[in-house]
Amino acid sequence: MMDALPKDFLRRTRCDSAASRPQFTNCPTMIVMVGLPARGKTYISKKLTRYLNWIGVPTQVFNLGQYRREAVQTYKNYEFFRPDNEEAMKIRRACASSAMKDIANYFAKEQGQVAVFDATNTTRERRGVIISFAKEKGYKVFFIESICDDPEIIEANIMQVKLSSPDYENYDKEEALVDFLKRIDCYKMSYVSLDEEKERHLSFIKIFNVGSRYLVNRVQDHMQSRIVYYLMNIHVTPRSIYLSRHGESELNLLGRIGGDSGLSSQGLKYARALSEFIRGQSIKDLKVWTSHMRRTIQTAEALGVPYEQWKALNEIDAGVCEEMTYEEIQATNPEEFALRDQDKYRYRYPKGESYEDLVHRLEPVIMELERQENVLVICHQAVMRCLLAYFLDKSADDLPYLKCPLHTVLKLTPLAYGCKVESFYLNIQAVNTHRDKPTDVNIARKPEEALRTVPEHL
Amino acid sequence: MSVIENNTEQCGNSLTRELTQNPLKKIWVPSSKNGLPERHISQRKVCMTNCPTLIVTVGLPARGKTYISKKLTRYLNWIDVPTKEFNVGQYRRECVKIYKSFEFFRPDNEEGLKIRKQCALAALNDVRQFLTDEGGQVAVFDATNTTRERRETIIRFAEQNGFKVFFVESVCEDPDVIAENIVQVKLGSPDYTHCNTEEAVADFMKRIKCYENSYQPLDEELDRDLSFIKIIDVGRRYLVNRVQDHIQSRIVYYLMNIHITPRSIYLCRHGESDLNVKGRIGGDSGLSARGKQFADALGQFIQSQNISDLKVWTSQMKRTIQTAEAVGVPYEQWKALNEIDAGVCEELMYEEIQLKFPLEFALRDQDKYRYRYPKGESYEDLVQRLEPVIMELERQENVLVICHQAVMRCLLAYFLDKTAEELPYLKCPLHTVLKLTPVAYGCKVESVCLKVEAVNTHRDRPMNVDVSRQAEEALLTVPDHQ
Repeated sequence: MMDALPKDFLRRTRCDSAASRPQFTNCPTMIVMVGLPARGKTYISKKLTRYLNWIGVPTQVFNLGQYRREAVQTYKNYEFFRPDNEEAMKIRRACASSAMKDIANYFAKEQGQVAVFDATNTTRERRGVIISFAKEKGYKVFFIESICDDPEIIEANIMQVKLSSPDYENYDKEEALVDFLKRIDCYKMSYVSLDEEKERHLSFIKIFNVGSRYLVNRVQDHMQSRIVYYLMNIHVTPRSIYLSRHGESELNLLGRIGGDSGLSSQGLKYARALSEFIRGQSIKDLKVWTSHMRRTIQTAEALGVPYEQWKALNEIDAGVCEEMTYEEIQATNPEEFALRDQDKYRYRYPKGESYEDLVHRLEPVIMELERQENVLVICHQAVMRCLLAYFLDKSADDLPYLKCPLHTVLKLTPLAYGCKVESFYLNIQAVNTHRDKPTDVNIARKPEEALRTVPEHL
Repeated sequence: MSVIENNTEQCGNSLTRELTQNPLKKIWVPSSKNGLPERHISQRKVCMTNCPTLIVTVGLPARGKTYISKKLTRYLNWIDVPTKEFNVGQYRRECVKIYKSFEFFRPDNEEGLKIRKQCALAALNDVRQFLTDEGGQVAVFDATNTTRERRETIIRFAEQNGFKVFFVESVCEDPDVIAENIVQVKLGSPDYTHCNTEEAVADFMKRIKCYENSYQPLDEELDRDLSFIKIIDVGRRYLVNRVQDHIQSRIVYYLMNIHITPRSIYLCRHGESDLNVKGRIGGDSGLSARGKQFADALGQFIQSQNISDLKVWTSQMKRTIQTAEAVGVPYEQWKALNEIDAGVCEELMYEEIQLKFPLEFALRDQDKYRYRYPKGESYEDLVQRLEPVIMELERQENVLVICHQAVMRCLLAYFLDKTAEELPYLKCPLHTVLKLTPVAYGCKVESVCLKVEAVNTHRDRPMNVDVSRQAEEALLTVPDHQ
């Protein structure tokens, strides 16, 4: 019995339920948003979903507004939402049922783990319906309520995301604002906030005024605890995050991966150019972060400002392949090389790491990036791909192939529900280090097939 | 004017600064040519601000304030945030040598009030010294602080000294919880050494009453500008207001994950491995024959303990997984539980390390906690890596963790409040299970040796840690092996 190790163990390259860490939760969870319109529910839904997917929890948003738009092709005005509009009420109830049916399907047939039900859910009655549904199916329920009475925030919200909604295509700005405010009024009369006494057996978090206060009730498990922690760390203050790799390194020039080499002369040029660029951006209170590796630190040194070193930002550990060229890896470990091409996200280098491990390692960095305002992160190719995937909501399949060339700064600015990306190539020549997935990923392939996509080097 | 412009003028030569790698921690730093301190770089620490934090507990007696204070202090110190708790009750006991009765706490006892105020101020004075002169980052001021007036005094004190303030209030009306509290920690208090149980309980209940009338809980409206967490009914509900910074965010997360449900945590290493037998460190070898025996014995031991809902965790290394297999229950693999990465020294014997890397070997003996193996890790790195494991252990109930020597030392140091100096030398022998059970303010440890022979893998700190020492002196404390 002792010598027959589970097959999972022998296939080190495959990470199933024993990824880098254990299960977050053992049963599907419905996250149910609660709140008047323009309180940030969709913003929170999308951001939370992006975060959960990034850390490996399959999550999807089910936005009731979208179901409604599909049912009622054209939006006329706020009258649709009047509480005495029987016809509309029928439609809205049907949409909710439809959404719940899709949620059940997502859990049962699509291996979903978390469904975010993004709707106002402002009455106890509606919440009751959802709770019964979840109970019958065996899902956990966690409510997220956003409460805000600051008229400035609400108006800013409306300007940012409502005016551009399909509902208001044919409206001019003022009309849209007036109509939307009337829409909110339709909900206000019947709005019953989650009650700490009457609903004390429910699991929920109430967010007041964009995070100045939180009420947290009955967190049931690890994942809900992580969700609460995440929600308490995000903010909406405008800011930008700059991502860049270190300047070109000596090992980059030689086409070798990993290691801890210094900058090449081009790399040093880049460091100077980066310094000028950053100065030109006139960024207020910029924090600069590097890894513990020489090449990122040398790059930061040129900026002439304080910087913090994070071990968590170190490049992916290529284990036995450290400092090898791709040609050498193909020569000495052809099977490993093929396995990597088959599943670059989950593949772990012998005695090294996988992209999946990297994401886990970078989670505290992402959490702190959420807390911070203006930050410049000087890191490495694989690390930058992971961070970028988080901000741009890229899947595990896309992540390891994201293009993060040397000597290019990405400026990420949160906008509406997503992130604006501006790319700045600082005009300093560098080698290309991006290796695309080759067509043939079979273990039996010829070396030429494997090496077809290797970028040029000395 | 932006910070960047300012500094660039000072650092016109920044590009010519050479980087050197600090030999102990393997951190790249600019070499300072003129001996000036490097203010340009810093290692990522939990507390990145230079502003110390004063945590102030609030609540009636027997609401768990001291429990929370001590636990939080232990956690913060473990994650390398220098923290100390200041319990006003202790100051009072030093001042008023003998506790007579609850009458001392009566709100109309002028004499008592005077003494109690003095004690609070004495404690705050020590807080100031710790945070300002002794390099402390966080001070936990553990007292009832039940009136707004008392809290105002503290806030003014903090403002004068440039400390941030974060309140932690514990509110609980469940009589069972309060009674259990009193039994667990009050009866054994120095105040009640001369009382029998009934007398002590009766007196303590009257003591609580003395505070009740003047208790002004933190209020979401009146106190909306303060930073605080209100813990209701031992964690059923939390109200969190105005978290200011990273450390407060981490404190809130920690407080929201701890619980007081009775449970036990079992820590043990994998069974003896083939590399253990050869005296080699690291690697990913399988169990030796004796190691397999241990795994079976462990399985039997666990069965005999009749533990309800036991979770079993292993690392992703063969030897811990093989050990878990014998226990026969589902287990979860954590990469974070992998043994410390010895980098270039992986799979070497101490004798070989001395031969090939005598400088490294000496540096490690000089500061075993902070020393990082070339291309490897330090104990300090390990603690950071293990923090999510600790957080999840706090959330869980009965857990068996099958891990490795350095990892087990880190986990043990957390539970038993050991310092960074002691941590790397904690004794964690093979084939021994440690059962940790929270009790009162600490942890009861029961050590169960499963009576299967194994090599000793514990290397004590040698007398001579000098870089110029002889090989024999370096190898004096190496345990026997094949």
